[in-house]
Amino acid sequence: MLRSDPIKVKEILKHYKYEQSSLIHILQDIQVEYRYLPKETMLFVARELKIPLSRIYSVANFYNAFSLKPKGKHLISVCLGTACHVRGGKRIAEEAERILSIKSGETTPDLEFTLETVNCLGACALGPVVVVDGHYYGQMTSLKMKKLLSSSKGGRGNGKNEKDNKS
Amino acid sequence: MKKITNPENLEILRNSLIKQENPSMTCISVCLGTGCQASGSKDIIESLKQEIEKQKLSEKIKIKSTGCHGFCERGPIVVIRPRGIFYQKVKPEDIAEIINRTILKGEIIDSLLYVEPSTGKKVIYEHEVPFYKKQNRIIFGSNGSIDPTNIEDYIRIEGYSALSRTILKMSPEEIIEEVKRSGLRGRGGGGFPTGVKWESCRNAHGEPKYILCNADEGDPGAFMDRSLLEGNPHSILEGMIIGAYAIGSNEGYIYVRMEYPLAVERLKIAIAQAEEYGLLGKNILGLGFDFTIKINRGAGAFVCGEETALILSIEGKRGDPRQRPPYPAQKGLFGKPTNINNVETWANVPLIINRGAEWYSKIGTAESKGTKIFSLVGKINNTGLIEVPMGMTLREIIYDIGGGIPGGKKFKAVQTGGPSGGCIPEEFIDLPVDYDELTKVGSMMGSGGMIVMDENTCMVDIAKYFLTFLADESCGKCVPCREGVFRMLEIVTDITEGKGKEEDIPLLEELSKTIVDTSLCALGGTAPNPVISTIKYFRSEYEAHIKEKRCPAGVCKALICYEILADKCTGCGACLKACPQEAISGEKKKVHTITQEKCIKCGICMDTCRFEAIEVK
Repeated sequence: MLRSDPIKVKEILKHYKYEQSSLIHILQDIQVEYRYLPKETMLFVARELKIPLSRIYSVANFYNAFSLKPKGKHLISVCLGTACHVRGGKRIAEEAERILSIKSGETTPDLEFTLETVNCLGACALGPVVVVDGHYYGQMTSLKMKKLLSSSKGGRGNGKNEKDNKS
Repeated sequence: MKKITNPENLEILRNSLIKQENPSMTCISVCLGTGCQASGSKDIIESLKQEIEKQKLSEKIKIKSTGCHGFCERGPIVVIRPRGIFYQKVKPEDIAEIINRTILKGEIIDSLLYVEPSTGKKVIYEHEVPFYKKQNRIIFGSNGSIDPTNIEDYIRIEGYSALSRTILKMSPEEIIEEVKRSGLRGRGGGGFPTGVKWESCRNAHGEPKYILCNADEGDPGAFMDRSLLEGNPHSILEGMIIGAYAIGSNEGYIYVRMEYPLAVERLKIAIAQAEEYGLLGKNILGLGFDFTIKINRGAGAFVCGEETALILSIEGKRGDPRQRPPYPAQKGLFGKPTNINNVETWANVPLIINRGAEWYSKIGTAESKGTKIFSLVGKINNTGLIEVPMGMTLREIIYDIGGGIPGGKKFKAVQTGGPSGGCIPEEFIDLPVDYDELTKVGSMMGSGGMIVMDENTCMVDIAKYFLTFLADESCGKCVPCREGVFRMLEIVTDITEGKGKEEDIPLLEELSKTIVDTSLCALGGTAPNPVISTIKYFRSEYEAHIKEKRCPAGVCKALICYEILADKCTGCGACLKACPQEAISGEKKKVHTITQEKCIKCGICMDTCRFEAIEVK
């Protein structure tokens, strides 16, 4: 697990000029840095921005982007937007849950994978869609999910045909 | 590039850009929208670059990476101009052939052409593809021909001319009048007249005033704003600057949802370029008007698409909606007068100024003017983004443009308006689509998602889907939404699991009415719509679930089972191997069977079977 580093957080705060209205931006950058919001960073931000910790906690709790628990190295997002849903997105999510032996929203104990379902990724024409570490995979089936995850588990978190699809 | 310091210099630059452009030079446009990128269009560009370099053709051929062309289903899409040859599902290994045959010899490659499913006819040119033929792409059309990361591409096609004309020749009141006369209504869903909104913010007391662009496109199944942001960001910026000048604001924000990283990247580039060219920032075009735009990334909350919640989110707070009035036009961002419009609304503004309100108001129906971009998705052959005049019928959209339902299945309903909308059944297939007609049948325009459903879609499951979504996204501030939606979800879940009671339907109707009447914001106020409309039009499906414990569409797990058809099973063993539960047994080359007690109804056997030997009962 990454340890939080006050110098990094200070840099982030400085970048946003210690503005209270930039709280969400600041927390977003901390989330990217540590893959979650460590308690001590929230305490630190509260002190530096002179915002009550309760307010920071309520913001962190409100938005889906923030996690209070460490997330895995690889993020698997299964889209459950309406278009993906009618084309069987839920079955894809269930298959991923079975393969990784975790529920949606959870992280594997080795902190390798976090599985989440999202409400719409805006790639509806390709549904059902799965995004692994920023790479989009369209027209998924449970079989493709199985292949994708077994290659991810063995490799670096990317499946086939990914090359440079980062978006 | 030096700053453009007056409107004449903008025209000089435009003219020189037009002159530089050699209309007969071959230009290969490759779609780099999210859909085509996911299908591998970045590799296409790489292969093109390599091949052109290898053959030393860089003087003769230009490559252009563009935004979304709309026909995402057929990606990656490559269009060769000036001839307009339309190649679809292109792979990197096709590139050498495209260069050698199409570019150098003028031949058409048959295998890359689009084939009309109904007639089997091959289509060569982009404008002849039936998907595009019936569209009127006045807002979205430039996406396919400009590079969104190059401001000069936008300037060349009239870009920023509306801005220079408004500041130079029109008073703010005249601009507002023009927008009012155009009949433009908000494209985010509500359909409020844009000009009236602007006027009320202009007349509001208090300084400074703020301009916001709502790019928190949260409706699942809608992605037109994303494609505009990614494919033509300058049209949105230009609309915002004109709006700011008309309203009297010097500061604007664009609130983009976090799921759209590419849109944020393209916007950043566009804003930096517009500033560099003197079209944004201090003293725009030397005409003494200042306007800056900042980007705010959302943090994943559907309710932040609601304007009062969006404002709080920009202020760095929780996005809990508040009661209106006061409306944002009076008391908005940081307590000051604020005007919020959605992405597509802003993109309409330069066009209205350039072509005039009269021209614009001729498109569409009596009360809904202009065009609307829809995302046509779900169980439909041609999925993608379409732009049609308001008033086109659902039949034309679904059958003529969308190419009908795949696999010869029967059309059941189309869902519009996202979680606030409803499902429109087949009896309304000839409904002309505009704001008011959709509301009349119990749905709404929303941001423009159109999710087509066929006979295999269970309407009770759809109601459950939206309730799950809304229960998850409810902010929890008011009781009717927080508790009411949750109770509705419990009831509908029971129905899908065969535990429904006959009194559940009237109970759902009663709860719906209370939630609509008493919720604080639009999220709660419209939350019951998917349930109300599915009960209204598909009551028999609810009754089948409740009385017969049967899911007619074969979706609800607790009410279905998978069976192997003896006459079709070849005993190949593929399903047996794939089943995660070891629920399938049988000897090789003999009919297999499913042990129902072990089956978890994951459907993998059905996906695996190549002989259509597995059926849902």
